Amino acid sequence: MSANSAGETRKVTIKAFRFNAETDYLPSYKSYTMEVGKDELILDLMNKIKWEHDGSFSYRRSCRHGICGACAIKVNGKAVLACKQNAIELLDLFDNEITLEPSSKKRAVKDMIIDKGDFWEKHAAVKPYVVADVEPRPEKETKQSIAEFNNFLDSDLCIQCGACHYSCPALEVNDAFLGPAAFAAAYRFTVDTRDTAGKERLQITSESAQGVWDCVKCFECAEACPKEINPIEKITKLHNMQFEQGVAVSNVATRHAEGFLRGMKKHGFLDEADIVVYSEGYLGMYKHLTTAFKMMKAGKIHWQDGVPFIDNMPKIKNLDEVQKLIEISQTNKL
Amino acid sequence: MSEQLHYALFTGCTAKQSTPELLSSTLAVADKLGIKITILEEASCCGASHLQDFDEFLAHVLNARNICYAEKLGLTMITICNTCQLNSAMTKHALDKDPELKARVNEKLAEVGLEYKGTSEIKHFLYAIIDEYGLDNVKDKVTNPLSSFNIAPFYGCHNIRPSELHGSSNGNENSYNPTSLDSLIDALEGIPVDYAHKNKCCGFHVELQANHTSEVLAGNAMVDAIDNNADMMVTPCPLCHLKMDTYQDSVGKVVGRDIALPVLHMPQMVALALGCTEAEIGLKFHVQKAKQIFSEAQPA
Repeated sequence: MSANSAGETRKVTIKAFRFNAETDYLPSYKSYTMEVGKDELILDLMNKIKWEHDGSFSYRRSCRHGICGACAIKVNGKAVLACKQNAIELLDLFDNEITLEPSSKKRAVKDMIIDKGDFWEKHAAVKPYVVADVEPRPEKETKQSIAEFNNFLDSDLCIQCGACHYSCPALEVNDAFLGPAAFAAAYRFTVDTRDTAGKERLQITSESAQGVWDCVKCFECAEACPKEINPIEKITKLHNMQFEQGVAVSNVATRHAEGFLRGMKKHGFLDEADIVVYSEGYLGMYKHLTTAFKMMKAGKIHWQDGVPFIDNMPKIKNLDEVQKLIEISQTNKL
Repeated sequence: MSEQLHYALFTGCTAKQSTPELLSSTLAVADKLGIKITILEEASCCGASHLQDFDEFLAHVLNARNICYAEKLGLTMITICNTCQLNSAMTKHALDKDPELKARVNEKLAEVGLEYKGTSEIKHFLYAIIDEYGLDNVKDKVTNPLSSFNIAPFYGCHNIRPSELHGSSNGNENSYNPTSLDSLIDALEGIPVDYAHKNKCCGFHVELQANHTSEVLAGNAMVDAIDNNADMMVTPCPLCHLKMDTYQDSVGKVVGRDIALPVLHMPQMVALALGCTEAEIGLKFHVQKAKQIFSEAQPA
């Protein structure tokens, strides 16, 4: 690394993922040395690779203004919009060693370009549009208050770049999972007062494996989104709306959420043994016997835990306050 | 240090139940460092993101109540669980930026004679040690340097994401390149293991409803640590600990590897280096055998 006399550029060697699905069996990484100026973006670095080093280097770019979502890639595992991300900032964060990779290596077609088919398929599955019977020649406008509009405003800013989708670890493991972008879209149209397909979307996003209950709560989506949409916040709202609108059915996931109150009402704390028994049901407990035995052996749990009529739990002070607050503040039911 | 640090400790549920070693080692470390701790015995469960899924408003009311008790003492509330940290901080953030929500929550709290004001900070014990006590001061107290251990830091999602929410409470840690645990290991003279999964998810929260996802995520992280020569893993989150310590057999079957990796709580690691007692460190409460670490850490 060196800086010029004014300290305005920095000479760095960056690495880039290279792969052509038509000809290559495995990807490789190539290094490119260049001067980087303080106002240059990751997109400028990719342009330099293509224009000054290797014309075959391939990536998507279009608007250059952070609104088309085409240039989303990853730099050292961090999802970025190449046209929005300052290069020096990332060089500082990663000690001048940066590697450009596609959003999802396993979906790479050529270099930074990926096949986003799964993204679009899952996005389409939540009906990401207003469903309404609209007269061809309506007599009146469909009005919306500012508050109603603000309800979905931030989720409407999604540019479908896939940054959150390809940062989601649940989706990497579980092919059925719809993912944060689809959930943010489901939320956006479900809370739109003109829309009539809300319940259907809540149903789609409540199914096990594909729906919100398989979210691992890692907050990678909130961190990745270049438009600050915070998809997991919308995921939590979808969870709540499933209960509010009576879409939630009693299963291991919904009982796991609602069941927290059982222990809290009795002890103030979550009852760790009870939550497993209540969520799984007595028949579902066979899966946990080996683990329970090991935990008992280590003294992590005790034989009395979860046995009715034996109160082996610690209790908080002023438990009556928690009981009262639950009684007067609870709005949802399973 | 000119003035003694004094914190209100929000223990969370696990430290009171399945991970007693977390509470005992936390108190032992605070004692060695001369940090005064007042346990918030009134504090309830934070909802762990699951109650939030069921009834977000109710979760805000209950978390606000917990924070009220730290405010009454005029102290910073410290947490020893990443998920307690995140859910408490999310309530604080939501109430502090939305006066209407704060008023609705306070209307409920008034029924039990409490009021949320927003005057207490909320900080994980890890960051209280690093940012307020100071690593140089920790170094001075090390009696048993951990120089014979390769220690893989496992940060846990809820201490580092979303970074905008945590802000200065986690020293503006960058979630893509976190350094706090690494520098703590350094200060205790241990050898930090660098591996790609240090800032990834352990899968704890879907243990019941999406078990395969949970097992793969935990397995990927542990195998990565093992492949980079880790002797042990250390985490500031008891939920990461529970997932990775308790399920090594089943996780190993899912990812096709033998896994035998002790997973320590962050305060247990500090307690080892500060010469706390075997009972305080509580390695006997681990499912994956870890007791040998205590004798290995004693000076020759």
